[in-house]
Amino acid sequence: MPPLKISSQAGLTAFRKKAVRDRSRFRARVLICATGCRALGATELSRTFREKLTAAGLDMEIAVVETGCHGQCARAPLVLIEPQGYLYGPVKPEDVDEIIQTTLREGRPVERLCETSQGQVMATLETVPFYRFQRREVFKNCGRLDPKRIEDAVAYGAYEAAARALTSLTPEQVIEEVTGSGLRGRGGAGFPTGVKWKACRNTSGKEKYLICNADEGDPGAFMDRALLEGVPHQILEGMILAAYAVGAPHGFVYVRAEYPIAVEHVTLAIEQAREYGLLGRNIFGSGFDFDIQVRMGAGAFVCGEESALIASLEGQRGMPRPRPPFPVEKGYLGKPTTINNVETLGNVPLILLQGQSEYAAIGTKGSKGTKVFALAGKVRNTGLVEVPMGTTLRQIIYDIGGGIQNDLPFKAAQMGGPSGGCVPARFLDLPLDYDSVKEAGAIMGSGGLIVMDENTCMVDMARFFMDFVQEESCGKCPPCRIGTRHLRDVLVRICSGQGRESDLEELDQLSRDVKTGSLCGLGQTAPNPVLSTIRYFRDEYEAHIREHRCPAKVCRGLFRYEIDPETCTGCTVCAKNCPTDAISGERKGAHLIHQETCIACGLCFEKCPHAAIRKI
Amino acid sequence: MKDAQTAVDPAPAEKILQEAGPVASGDLIPLLQKLQSAYGYLPVEVLMKVSERTGIPTSRMYGVITFYAQFSLTPRGRHTVRCCCGTACHVKGCKEVSEAILHELNIEVDGTTADGVFSFESVACLGTCFLAPVMMVDDEYFGLLTPAKARSTLRKFT
Repeated sequence: MPPLKISSQAGLTAFRKKAVRDRSRFRARVLICATGCRALGATELSRTFREKLTAAGLDMEIAVVETGCHGQCARAPLVLIEPQGYLYGPVKPEDVDEIIQTTLREGRPVERLCETSQGQVMATLETVPFYRFQRREVFKNCGRLDPKRIEDAVAYGAYEAAARALTSLTPEQVIEEVTGSGLRGRGGAGFPTGVKWKACRNTSGKEKYLICNADEGDPGAFMDRALLEGVPHQILEGMILAAYAVGAPHGFVYVRAEYPIAVEHVTLAIEQAREYGLLGRNIFGSGFDFDIQVRMGAGAFVCGEESALIASLEGQRGMPRPRPPFPVEKGYLGKPTTINNVETLGNVPLILLQGQSEYAAIGTKGSKGTKVFALAGKVRNTGLVEVPMGTTLRQIIYDIGGGIQNDLPFKAAQMGGPSGGCVPARFLDLPLDYDSVKEAGAIMGSGGLIVMDENTCMVDMARFFMDFVQEESCGKCPPCRIGTRHLRDVLVRICSGQGRESDLEELDQLSRDVKTGSLCGLGQTAPNPVLSTIRYFRDEYEAHIREHRCPAKVCRGLFRYEIDPETCTGCTVCAKNCPTDAISGERKGAHLIHQETCIACGLCFEKCPHAAIRKI
Repeated sequence: MKDAQTAVDPAPAEKILQEAGPVASGDLIPLLQKLQSAYGYLPVEVLMKVSERTGIPTSRMYGVITFYAQFSLTPRGRHTVRCCCGTACHVKGCKEVSEAILHELNIEVDGTTADGVFSFESVACLGTCFLAPVMMVDDEYFGLLTPAKARSTLRKFT
């Protein structure tokens, strides 16, 4: 039987009440992240829970829910137990029996699976430092509900804001709310969302488009993936509100093909929303029609740029077009088009529910609300972190992130991906918002935050990003196509110890030319990683060029491997693995690397069971 | 794997074209994605047929196919290894991992092994930075890799 359509706010309330009632039949819920954690065995884990609960006759009172991301990915696979709020991780199938007995039968935490901090067991999610210092607004329901069930989403309040706005606010009032909230685009540039909507609304024509940009290509950012996987209905609701505001009857979700789970979940969510009449004709009886199609990207970073994304949707090579005209005037098929990032759209229902002033109470003067950062690299708690705008790097990396792995000193944070830059330790106490990060030489970007310690070479970092950018440059405009290639060649030269004294100046000048001469955002920001590393780590460049030395011992050829005779046990593993027979020594006697035949491949370093091989 | 010498079976393409109905310019990329997932690559014979039926010139298709990393005009291995070389993986040593894989498989980036089992791609970011360094074999993730772990993982695939 096809489900009843939800055609009014009252209809949604009734549906919600039933969903909450159905959920409360269970006295406890086992919430397992089945998206990010899938890579570390979450699927098998939830199967084990189901089987064992059924065998124990508990399956009618305890629900196993496969949810989206809990955020603290470093402890994957994560399991959250409701109602107590115990957070366990990493959990293995062997732990299931104990969790069932101790927690689900006796109500006590399994302490060995909890986080410990300074000898104290932090059993519940709220007490874990990783969560305690966060402010989870956009991600509030991610990890709490089953993204494949619209009932679960509605039970947590999905579509409430849309129902209210579509039935009681005009599109202009919605735009006013969003403008007043101070929401700025979370995809990178930070353009005020309300202003964009208003411009699209004011462009004449009935045929308008709304596009959700889920082509999250920035290496190091994965919040959009987590949102689409974990709370797809929240994003759809944001799209409905945006489409209503600008007057667009057609929508697209443009999502990377590299995100198969996100594609699956958002496609399913659209089908369910359509079944219940939350997409389609006359949504909530408001007379507003809107429907959404999913399109997969085909593997081109530049398609995250809005005009390239539009070209790609039109079935063309994804090359950017000159702006103006901006997409809000002439976009998809020449029609007015609004493009918003996933996280931006995820904020919209919150604004309409809370009201603009409450939303704007969080954040800094120029940047309102929260920002999600993807914390990765050499930090203990890798994962997704949501904090108010204006939080400092130190709070994110040390309080939430738990500090640097192996307690090494912090060297830099790479922010904003290939368009961003490396921010050194002196900015640890800088309150992060769009404007302050830009001043520091990086950009907020989509919120990728890669932490680096002393073992990261900054020249190599710049080379890495130039490799990336020149590979992804669409080739349309020469400053980007040829300029980034040349930047890369100079950096490769420096990394191999062949750098020239004039190289730094050449990099600097070329970077400025690429910035001013490129057509789109990709080219205009491409030299940022080079400029920011020269600005803050000039001494490292100079060590490479003048002393042919890589201080971080990353650039091959600019350091050598040696065996510490004190630590070496003479186990011969290194000599057996050396591809060029550059290691000699007697069994049980100290070994020696012959520098003239060594190619610095690092195999001995990797294989040595006693850590006797050092980089010098 | 399909032997490249034998003729390409037109039936899957026929079915996809029938289901697609009239093809507008904007439908080209989704159409190519379906064809590629049916054949594992985009055979020239199939593209000629698509061009005849849709009126989209093969030259334009060629432009689109060569622009996007996802499309391939040559047959690929039974398994696709995607080694992530995003920022987090770079910082955590993906270079050593991908070198180990290439050495193990005896191929180069974007190459296919002689026995047709593996194709290797290097991708910018798989969006699972907490697993760094990470690779995907087909749709499955393998994270926290070391060169040795990457090699032994691949040996499980045939």
